[in-house]
Amino acid sequence: MPINPNAKLVSNVLDLKSVEQVPTRKGYGEGLFEAGEKDERIVALCADLTESTQMHLFAKKFPKRFIEIGVAEQNLAAVAAGLANYGKIPFISSYAMFSPGRNWEQIRTTICYNDVPVKIAGSHSGVSVGPDGATHQAIEDIAITRVIPNMVVIAPCDANEAKKATLAAAELNSPVYLRFTREKTPVCTTIETPFQIGRAEIFFESKKEKPDVAIISSGPLTHNALLAANDLEKDGMGVIVVNSHTIKPLDEKIIIETARKAGAIVTVEEHQIAGGMGSAVAELLSRNYPVPIEFVGVHDRFGESGVPGELITAFGMGVSDIKKASILANKRKS
Amino acid sequence: MSHLHEDKIKFLEQKANDIRESIIEMLVEAGSGHTAGPLGMADIFTAFYFHILNHNPRNPLWEERDRLVLSNGHICPVQYAALAHAGYFPMEELKTLRKFGTRLQGHPHKGALPGIEVSSGPLGSGLGQAAGIAFAARMDGRKFQTYCFMGDGEQDCGIIWESAMFIGKNKLSNLTAIIDRNNIQIDGMTEDIMPLEPLREKYESFGWHVLEINGHNFEEIIDAVEEAKAIYEKPTMIIAHTIPGKGIKEIEFDYKRTLGGKISSEHQ
Repeated sequence: MPINPNAKLVSNVLDLKSVEQVPTRKGYGEGLFEAGEKDERIVALCADLTESTQMHLFAKKFPKRFIEIGVAEQNLAAVAAGLANYGKIPFISSYAMFSPGRNWEQIRTTICYNDVPVKIAGSHSGVSVGPDGATHQAIEDIAITRVIPNMVVIAPCDANEAKKATLAAAELNSPVYLRFTREKTPVCTTIETPFQIGRAEIFFESKKEKPDVAIISSGPLTHNALLAANDLEKDGMGVIVVNSHTIKPLDEKIIIETARKAGAIVTVEEHQIAGGMGSAVAELLSRNYPVPIEFVGVHDRFGESGVPGELITAFGMGVSDIKKASILANKRKS
Repeated sequence: MSHLHEDKIKFLEQKANDIRESIIEMLVEAGSGHTAGPLGMADIFTAFYFHILNHNPRNPLWEERDRLVLSNGHICPVQYAALAHAGYFPMEELKTLRKFGTRLQGHPHKGALPGIEVSSGPLGSGLGQAAGIAFAARMDGRKFQTYCFMGDGEQDCGIIWESAMFIGKNKLSNLTAIIDRNNIQIDGMTEDIMPLEPLREKYESFGWHVLEINGHNFEEIIDAVEEAKAIYEKPTMIIAHTIPGKGIKEIEFDYKRTLGGKISSEHQ
């Protein structure tokens, strides 16, 4: 089995019919609850979306540490900055389109320039938000957060990883952007899967001695990347899949090593190609080890209404798209 | 009435004068920066750093200190001058304002300079941050006061009213805000650019206790803050009527010559 045994993934990860499906925002809600139990300094602020951002678990258990801000995302960021300035560890939740979308300047100045440890949880990222349509589908959030100094950016691949990321973010003394999704997505990882902020994990590695392509993925599309890799391997290609949950700081070591081994890269993310994780990988490799890169993501257009699965396909982020990109990247090797 | 001793008032007046001199020297040396707001707020800053605030310049991060959040960061020269005169850092350093490598950034940077509680510059965000500090202090039963200084121009910002609603809702009586009501903003008079009046009634309707004072009268400034501290059921807003450029007759009230423009040495 080409699944890396050290990644301790679920045994049925490649079986789309039986693999468990849970939204990553649920992992966030559980992680926040657990972090709140561990550390009294943790407070939670919401902008009129308590249940759909999964803050209700925390709010119910710790009502005095839960602050309802109303539909006022700029104030959400500023009040959190003040709480952190005093010594609290605030988590702020809304849909990613509104936070960090609408309140970007407050995040930049009052959280990141002040360098206070506010955790910004953006739910409902990507086109997989579905029927709500383009206004609610954040596909620019990685770009606008990773350009801010002091900010850490994490896009977990599943609900288990989301919980681990939330707990780890709570302990990190810096601003963090946590990116979550609305829809149920496959649970790839287990409690034993290693997780460390800033460290990418190899999830899949073909037995073939010399790999032909490496897929670097973040977020729930990592599951599509695994399915694509499995198909490609059956067709005789050597593939590595790296789950790069931390987009900033990137795990430079593993990405450069992988590029060196495979000689071609495909990046996979549910985000605009411009400015996303793929761009971060390209920035790194163009300086250190330039190889052909193909980018799977949204091509400079807005989302639209639809069923999540159908949108992923329509926007070119399905399993077959990842396979095509992998073949193309391999062909481009000189 | 606060019944301030006459000597105390004289001391504060002299201190405010010294601070104004420092502001002019700094801005001439820097070659750019705002003059109207800093000069207009010199008396209020003096009253705070030399009478009202419970603080310790030798221990700027003392946990029980009162927090002074400056929202309209562009008037920072007056805060820098007040901090230096109060002993937070050496007076000579004032001359480094706006220069490369300085701790006295063009707009304040938390962490760069002792006594600066928040970074500010982009308008409107101080009140929300002050709210967060006051909320946290109340959660932990802390006794210190949180003050937020704002401009009147930034009352145009939507976030100000988001924060005002939040503070009113939560009855953060440990927070007192002061609006520098000098009636000017970059493009002209506030009432021409985007009318703010009736400002007092706006805040009252948001659940605030509102006072209006002459921002150049030390007794009125100190009395208003004492009254704010005595009110437990509401936050207090002090609308301080000030004269932009106060202290230099040639530029008082003249927004074209005091906002963001270059100050020349003839004004010294």
